[in-house]
Amino acid sequence: MSVGAPKIPVVVAEVVEVNELIKRFRFVRRDGAAMPIFSGGSHVVVEMDDHGTRRMNPYSLMSHPADTMGYEISVRRDEVGRGGSLYMHNHVKPGMEMVLSQPVNLFPLDARAKKHLMIAGGIGITPFVAQMAQVETMGGRFELHYSVRSPALGAYVDRLQQHYGPRVHVYFDELRQQIDLKTLLKSQPLGTHIYVCGPKGMIGWVHATAKAMGWPDRAVHSEEFLAPPVGLAFDVQLAASGKSFTVQPNQSLLEAIEAAGVEAPYLCRGGACGQCETEVLRCDGHIEHNDHWLTDDQKAANTKIMPCVSRFRGAALILDR
Amino acid sequence: MTKTMFEPSITSRPVYGVLSPGVGSAHLFVADGEGAEAVCDLFAKAEAAEMKSASHIIYMPGANGCDRSAALQALGVAQFYRAPSFASAQPRLAKVLADAHMGLQVYAAGTEGLMAQVATAAQAAGLPYEAVQMEHRGSLARRVQCVHCKGVTENVTLDPFVCSHCGLSLFVRDHFSRRIAAFQGVNIDAEDPGLVPASVERFK
Ligand code: FES
Repeated sequence: MSVGAPKIPVVVAEVVEVNELIKRFRFVRRDGAAMPIFSGGSHVVVEMDDHGTRRMNPYSLMSHPADTMGYEISVRRDEVGRGGSLYMHNHVKPGMEMVLSQPVNLFPLDARAKKHLMIAGGIGITPFVAQMAQVETMGGRFELHYSVRSPALGAYVDRLQQHYGPRVHVYFDELRQQIDLKTLLKSQPLGTHIYVCGPKGMIGWVHATAKAMGWPDRAVHSEEFLAPPVGLAFDVQLAASGKSFTVQPNQSLLEAIEAAGVEAPYLCRGGACGQCETEVLRCDGHIEHNDHWLTDDQKAANTKIMPCVSRFRGAALILDR
Repeated sequence: MTKTMFEPSITSRPVYGVLSPGVGSAHLFVADGEGAEAVCDLFAKAEAAEMKSASHIIYMPGANGCDRSAALQALGVAQFYRAPSFASAQPRLAKVLADAHMGLQVYAAGTEGLMAQVATAAQAAGLPYEAVQMEHRGSLARRVQCVHCKGVTENVTLDPFVCSHCGLSLFVRDHFSRRIAAFQGVNIDAEDPGLVPASVERFK
């Protein structure tokens, strides 16, 4: 959270290699005090000092929401990304001091649902680990359908199956197993809500299938954090603070604004929450809108930009910041 | 029958649309009085032909006596049920919703009180409020809750009116509770007891 709430100074308590791609990190407060209670689906922004570059990546919390002694996240190693996950994998060790944001939930369970139908793809499992623990505590009804590449990469499959039994259904791509979505959606009792977290294709598939089968939009929830894409360097001018600078290829516009010493609002840093929305005063060129927030009309108008994920190509970009 | 036009009002006041054939595995219609005409208009559309075998209509005549049962029965949907009142249809509605699967489309047509109570039942069954299609037809009579004694008076046409439970004179607000499915009625002579303006027929 950028505005108001103090950040949480933590120390890394534990680093666990879950499989060849995924590591789990546990953070506890440096002063030994309790963490704020969170609701399943929340994420925190982890601040990293990657050899002089400040990175701030959002990760879903996957520990038990009632566990106030620490927070846990799982990070999948991304070889081609901008380096945040590589930094977590290669440099973060137990005992290291780091800083977390307060938890923010953009993917909460709807308490009015009669049943929660969770659909996860790959590392998209993490918010559900916390949500299932929460639903179980409240005595709610849920079912998890978890699709993953192979048994070797199936993070937490054993643990979840052991704990939740037949409520957990696992599908391995390598064994040509696939979620039979139509059959699944046809048999759900009235009042079921769907939650999907995974790759873009999966989220689109679930939304489209549910819609075609008459599910109300409000009963289908999804979360997809975008990593800020890399791109070409571009220049930007900030009218209110009177600064001009260049956004580097592997830097997001938001990061560049922060590096210039300008305080800018954000929550998710992944194009989902809308918090970083910024007025565009002048745009001679083309804004690469990469967010899920602005409508298509707003994107076409080029009068607003989401600096956490969007970039620019052209002669001049002036923002009201 | 013309589509009802409502004056712009506060945000809690519900707004209604026009029923249109939805996509889904089953279709549940609940209508009262002139609401039957909205259902008939929907089934007059070509796209609605294939919905009939998966449609269930629950209908009750209006408080004004308007009974269009025959027209609805003639539609030839899978199930048609005529109830004498909403209260008497409620157990059936609850049962239908409890047994239903996602994919069910819910439609309500007729008076505001009827539509609100259908939406409340649908929400109790776990459907989002927005998932219920609503079209107003017929009487503008309101279902009003007395904010003092909490009693609900049906078919209120006068403003102010006398609460049928506690006897206070109530001013009918546009403020609407989705949870209670009723407009709010507030005592009009609390400060000057007995000073009650003449009632006018505001909701025909
Ligand atoms: S910070 Fe959430 S959309 Fe940019």
